[in-house]
Amino acid sequence: MDASRIYERPILFAIAAVAVVSVGTLVTTFIPLFMPSTQPVSPLVKPYTAIEVEGRDIYIREGCNNCHTQTVRPLRTEVARYGDYSKPEESAYDRPFLWGSRRTGPDLARIGGKYPDAWHYRHTPNPQSMFSQSNMPPYAWLAETKLDTSYTLRKVKVLGYGYDDAEVARQLSAFRRTVTGPEYASAQIRSQVTPAALRGEVTELDALVAYLQKVGRDLKEAQRAAAGPATAQAAEERNPYAGNRAAAEEGEKIFEGNCKVCHGEKGAGGFGPKLATTKHKFGGTDADLFTTVSGGRPGGMPSFLQKLGKDRIWKVITYIRVLEREGGK
Amino acid sequence: MTNGDRGNGIVMGFTLSAIFWLIVGLLVGLWLAAEMVFPALNFAPWLAFGRLRVVHTNGLTYGFAVAGIFACSFYMLEKLTRAPLAFPALARLQLWLFNIAIALAALSLFAGMNTSKEYAELEWPLDIVVVVLWVMFAVNVMGTLIRRREKQMYISLWFLIACVVTVAVVYILNNLEVPVNLTKSYSAYAGVNDANVQWWFGHNAVGAVFTFPILAMFYYFLPRSTGLPIYSHRLSIIAFWSLVFGYLWTGAHHLMFTPLPEWIQTVGLAFSIFLIAPSWGSVVNGYYTLSGNWDKMKSNYLTKFFVFGITFYGLQTVQGPTQALRTLTSYFHYTEWVIGHVHMGTMGWVTMIISASMYFMTAKIAGREVHSEKLANLHFWLILLGQLLFTVTLWIAGIVQGAMWKAVNPDGSLMYSFLDGVAAMYPFWEIRLFAGFLYFAGIAVFAYNLLMTARPRPLAT
Repeated sequence: MDASRIYERPILFAIAAVAVVSVGTLVTTFIPLFMPSTQPVSPLVKPYTAIEVEGRDIYIREGCNNCHTQTVRPLRTEVARYGDYSKPEESAYDRPFLWGSRRTGPDLARIGGKYPDAWHYRHTPNPQSMFSQSNMPPYAWLAETKLDTSYTLRKVKVLGYGYDDAEVARQLSAFRRTVTGPEYASAQIRSQVTPAALRGEVTELDALVAYLQKVGRDLKEAQRAAAGPATAQAAEERNPYAGNRAAAEEGEKIFEGNCKVCHGEKGAGGFGPKLATTKHKFGGTDADLFTTVSGGRPGGMPSFLQKLGKDRIWKVITYIRVLEREGGK
Repeated sequence: MTNGDRGNGIVMGFTLSAIFWLIVGLLVGLWLAAEMVFPALNFAPWLAFGRLRVVHTNGLTYGFAVAGIFACSFYMLEKLTRAPLAFPALARLQLWLFNIAIALAALSLFAGMNTSKEYAELEWPLDIVVVVLWVMFAVNVMGTLIRRREKQMYISLWFLIACVVTVAVVYILNNLEVPVNLTKSYSAYAGVNDANVQWWFGHNAVGAVFTFPILAMFYYFLPRSTGLPIYSHRLSIIAFWSLVFGYLWTGAHHLMFTPLPEWIQTVGLAFSIFLIAPSWGSVVNGYYTLSGNWDKMKSNYLTKFFVFGITFYGLQTVQGPTQALRTLTSYFHYTEWVIGHVHMGTMGWVTMIISASMYFMTAKIAGREVHSEKLANLHFWLILLGQLLFTVTLWIAGIVQGAMWKAVNPDGSLMYSFLDGVAAMYPFWEIRLFAGFLYFAGIAVFAYNLLMTARPRPLAT
């Protein structure tokens, strides 16, 4: 048959078109569905709890993925800014995936455990109250809406995380006890943004914060455990800028841009501990402070080594010493 | 009944629907552009950026572009087959169902019912409606083709068939999901595979909606409005088959440096570079069609829409593959650059070709000349300037943003915080908002001009 006859036969043409589009589809999309490299599992990465599933669904409903990515690329500055690059097994339980395509806001793949819950309770309803130049929408209504858990069980069943009915009920009530209890570390800020009628309930914001604290946390914790306590900079024992006034002034600027939002004006304290004191939570020697700032601490102190570098960390510490003296007055 | 105008009412129905959803989609776009500068505009949940962006992209892709494709396809089908539309009642039903579906789509997205997968955000009940609509369309396309009175199928019909089959394949496979209830579902795929399937779809939705049918319009309406035959039939054959073959391999260029297996990224990148050739096959074919007759740019008001449209297509199809290169994607991806890239394609190529095709069809169907060539020229210049200002601004913004994200101090630490990068964007976002208004003004002129051309004749008394 003359090949040009295909232009006279619409059905044959349509079949040919399907065949032609199928080749690339088969090779790049269909076959990979069944390859081990696209579906790795790791015992280090745990499925979402029922409440984290609900939080994730709020993230999806509000379209957070339109401005935030969740994949750190293996590039030097990206790892420095966000943390370790993303691994395929980290997305094993993600249906749908939420890697995103645009960073109007920062990547969130390493947000879990980076800040305390309180940070999110203040930031999410009113980002501009913490960062005046931010253009993130204020999501105050999430704290004013009770979480609808009527489909939680079904959701978890569909996702196949293997929790039975009793386990889901247990997870939901345990979470409620935690966030509504007086011992909850972020209780004060939570009650500031949550209307009185909902303070004893689980709100949509509670679930969202629980989800954000889960993103990337498993791998971080595993790596932290493997690395042992942060003693990496033990060699860096003494501050080269000790007592240097110019360095302290520079340190003040760095403090304003990076530390103030959590540790408060002049280190008076906030989500993070008070710094204008000689009693520091993780030790007050040069080496202790350097280790804390550079490596971060569990419970919401991020690591600043890659972001600021040693030099600027020492300048901040120089400034903290000034605050210590002023705070002591 | 005369050959080839049974579908006129349906063509105009889809044309007017397209204009309506174009205006709606652009107004949402303007609001979004304003929100980038004034976050206080996010004052209601349904107006928050995350939900609204989805209304913008879906409204313009499915509401405007797909309606424009339906209108032009029905028109071209009748003309190129010299046969009446096979099932006009079905097409009328499609018109009504389409508008109901788009309205429901917009409302559901405003309400936050979305699957999060880009350009496939609609929840499963609406996915089913989309598939039904597409089957209705395909039945009319294939039915009319089978009953045609013209032996050979012209190039535009090839692209139309490619559009029908590709959209069907990618839309259905990417939207496989397990329902939880009427408004919520979870993807059938997980993690890396979900990402891979999504961007295979994402890229080919661009191919099958913003490329194949728009090329069909270009190959039909350029010769019809200038009276010049397409330069090379052979070139169009080569360009067609290699384009349709190559497109489906390239989705992974949206996932460079992600946890997707590296070989899929590399294959995607290689085929992206390959695609420059067939894309430019159509560009060259268009330019040569006009060779020796470039005076048409002045004498025929529609020619410049087609020439600039195909030029933006040519630039788009070089920029796209280039920015997939690993060095460039590591710099540009996730920045405003990509937003600039997308808008050159949609505001430059797609909208220019569809609006020129609509002028041509509406004037023919109304049996009169376009209401005002002056207004059509004003429309052209406003959307050209608006689009150029928009895209060039965002490219520069992307360069600035990429540089700030990558800047390091001598000790290897980062020079700028993320917020520094946000703060640097405000002047660009302000210019982009202004450019959006300029573009919208051009579209308003277009809508007025088209409605005046289509208006019913006063009854002769």
